[in-house]
Amino acid sequence: MTLQRLAVPGAILAGIIALALAPYGLKNYGISILGLWAVTTIAAIGLNLTLGYAGQVSLAQGAFVGIGAYATAILMAKGVPFGATLLLSGLLCFAIGWLLGYPALRVQHHYLAFVTLAFATLAFLVFRNEQWLTGGIYGISGIRRPVILGWNTAPERAYFHFCLIMLVLVSGFVWWIVRSPWGRAFLALRENPVRAASLGVDTRRYTLMAFAIGAGIGGVAGALYAPLVTYIDPVPFALSFSLNLLLMVIVGGGGYFFGPFVGAMIAVLLPEWLRFAQGLYLVAYAAAVMVLLVFWPSGIMGILDRLLRPADPNQGAAR
Amino acid sequence: MESLLYLVLAGLMTGAIYALVAIGFTLLWQTSQTINFAQGEFAMLPAFFMLVALNLKLPLWLAILLGVGVSILLLGLAFKRLLVDPMLRHGVLPLAIATMALAIFLKESVKEFYSAEAQRFPSLFPEQKVDVGGAMISIQSIGVFLVAIAAVVALQLFLSRTRTGRSMQAVAQNPTVARILGVPVERMILLTFAINAALVALASALVTPIYLAKFSNGEVLGMAAFVAAIVGGFNQIRGAIAGGFLLGIVDNIAAAYVSTQYRAAIPLLILIVVIMVRPQGLLGRAEERTV
Amino acid sequence: MTAVLEVSNLSKHYGGIAAVDGVTFEVFEGEILGIIGPNGSGKSTLFNCILGQASPSAGEVKLDGKPVTGMRPCDLNRHGVGRTFQMLQVFPALSVRENLILAGQEHQGTAVGRLFGRADAGLSATVERMIEFFRLTPVADLRAGGLSFGQQKLLDCAMAFMAGPRLVLLDEPAGGVNPTMLGSLGERLRALNAEHRATFVVIEHNMEFVMSLCTRILVLAEGKIIAEGPPEQVRRDPKVIEAYLGN
Repeated sequence: MTLQRLAVPGAILAGIIALALAPYGLKNYGISILGLWAVTTIAAIGLNLTLGYAGQVSLAQGAFVGIGAYATAILMAKGVPFGATLLLSGLLCFAIGWLLGYPALRVQHHYLAFVTLAFATLAFLVFRNEQWLTGGIYGISGIRRPVILGWNTAPERAYFHFCLIMLVLVSGFVWWIVRSPWGRAFLALRENPVRAASLGVDTRRYTLMAFAIGAGIGGVAGALYAPLVTYIDPVPFALSFSLNLLLMVIVGGGGYFFGPFVGAMIAVLLPEWLRFAQGLYLVAYAAAVMVLLVFWPSGIMGILDRLLRPADPNQGAAR
Repeated sequence: MESLLYLVLAGLMTGAIYALVAIGFTLLWQTSQTINFAQGEFAMLPAFFMLVALNLKLPLWLAILLGVGVSILLLGLAFKRLLVDPMLRHGVLPLAIATMALAIFLKESVKEFYSAEAQRFPSLFPEQKVDVGGAMISIQSIGVFLVAIAAVVALQLFLSRTRTGRSMQAVAQNPTVARILGVPVERMILLTFAINAALVALASALVTPIYLAKFSNGEVLGMAAFVAAIVGGFNQIRGAIAGGFLLGIVDNIAAAYVSTQYRAAIPLLILIVVIMVRPQGLLGRAEERTV
Repeated sequence: MTAVLEVSNLSKHYGGIAAVDGVTFEVFEGEILGIIGPNGSGKSTLFNCILGQASPSAGEVKLDGKPVTGMRPCDLNRHGVGRTFQMLQVFPALSVRENLILAGQEHQGTAVGRLFGRADAGLSATVERMIEFFRLTPVADLRAGGLSFGQQKLLDCAMAFMAGPRLVLLDEPAGGVNPTMLGSLGERLRALNAEHRATFVVIEHNMEFVMSLCTRILVLAEGKIIAEGPPEQVRRDPKVIEAYLGN
């Protein structure tokens, strides 16, 4: 093991430790914002698998987060333990993603964007209108934070630590997928689906799996979101949230492992620091995204990648 | 409960607006693979250009004319040159994503720099109602319908009867062949963007007196345009027209017979069903499968 | 001799134009069949129809006597049919090794096994053999996009052979390759044919290359087969000369 090969794992470990220690210098509000960052990052990681690695545009990631959040809130109110609701939220969104993607991907790839756009709007209508299930516009309040293996996550700091652990677990899961033959197949169908198919890659099935797994991870993010904010209503799960998640992935760098971390940081933390700017922030953000897309379509991680390894054009792709 | 005749007539009026917005959406896709997710915002914004002109005490007709002109410059030419041209070399999907950012930019800019409140917008037509076969229809609706239809017919005549129009169709069907045949492809594509901007500006002037001018208007109009274009057939202008009318009528009937809460869901369900059953759209030709 | 591939009455119409017009032929086990013809004679369309990339308007394709008409390209590949494209089709962002693993992985184990199993799908040994066979050892860890054109062409072929196909359809393997590299490419293909009894169908414009490589040649013009036979016979056929020189 050379020092260089230790650099990346070392930096990751240092990052995790720094994040774990961060709440000790913050007030409750700051900690809850960090928790929101962690949960948003998980949702964006799921979308990065769909969009960044497999090249499919999904406009429903926010809706999947919503479905996960509502499923968890509703099931927990019925007394189902949190561990089970977390798993069920992920599986539910995986199944819905599969059913939704199947007809769309049969035709042409950009149809997935339209189907998911329609689905995100429909999901919002259901959240808002099915009062018997979702509480309608009043939402569901009093969602309790779970006790996990005897660890009470009710305090702000404890729940953040739990979200951080989940973030590490989800990242590990996605890292595993990306480096497995599946990850290679995703990349192949993004870069050149016709050639991929001629090598035996079942592009339809892999595309569907990339979308459904991404949706499932969105569901997990939703399951974590509900106890984080303890109160959910339809507003945060409108179409604009899905759009926002999409832009996070692009801004951070689609197809880069750490892209969603950076993208979510910009979308969640920056507005908090720039509160004085309020509405102007969104105008400037949207404009910045367009400029970024025109000049550096590979996002912030793409820029960093080029800055860090300028003299090594022949290196195998390590993204 | 209104009569079915009334609902269909009202639906034709709404449908004509949807068709205007959907035609432009289809044109951009055909000529330059631009999936414009900001199309709804394109139909929201011109009303604000016109409001600015009205605030300067200009007469309504001049305000509308100026609004259309500014739209052609900004939503047509500037959009093409500043966003579509540089993005298209990155691919169809990155461009689509850039238009999503543009949608947010336009919407938030109006909210921030003009107003977050709905603004009244004067109508070209009087408010009175007339009796059409037992249904009371406002002159405004009839006027909107006639102007929109006139625009659609004029566009169709332009596309089929003039040399430029036929060149544009050639570009839409096969840019490579069109280029070999000596069609100035670039100029034709630019022209489609200008036509799209004019169509959405017209739609904006027609619809805003009814809906009021609000930064969020684009959400409804944009969704209607996508659904109309896809349901009718993504690769056909007449598909967009048919899809627009169908959607307008279904929309009005759904508002009356389905709960108001789920009125917005009906077009989306139609969209999903069409994609499942007849993905090339009602009037579209099946394209060769890519994968 | 048994027929690996049987194509009968295959046609493909685009609008009113027949790109392929009632083509019938067989490919026998172990042979190297060449398909030649002027530009636009329907060679690539024929390939695309056989390989499920385009759906034929009429006719049938059989593999080992079983109909495979309209089968998806990925399924056809898993039935042992490999191909290369006219344009280079390697994955430039992946290394040479990764390209080869990709080309073989879908033939290994189950989908779930590929998710939870080894990252190289257990293909390392095969990949090393391929790299050595196609003389790519010095560049094995480089990004495929950084290779010379000829090396990419070799990699392209190596990928088509990764899964040990019984039948390989090569679309202009010699296109744009320099003479030295061309020699080694031809030699490698003959070696594969001799050592592994692999069957080839080759579309080619380079007459010298195709005449020296192939055992039998089909000539296509305006979507129809106009001549068929051993290279020497085809070379002298007046119909072929006329089709090439044209009117």
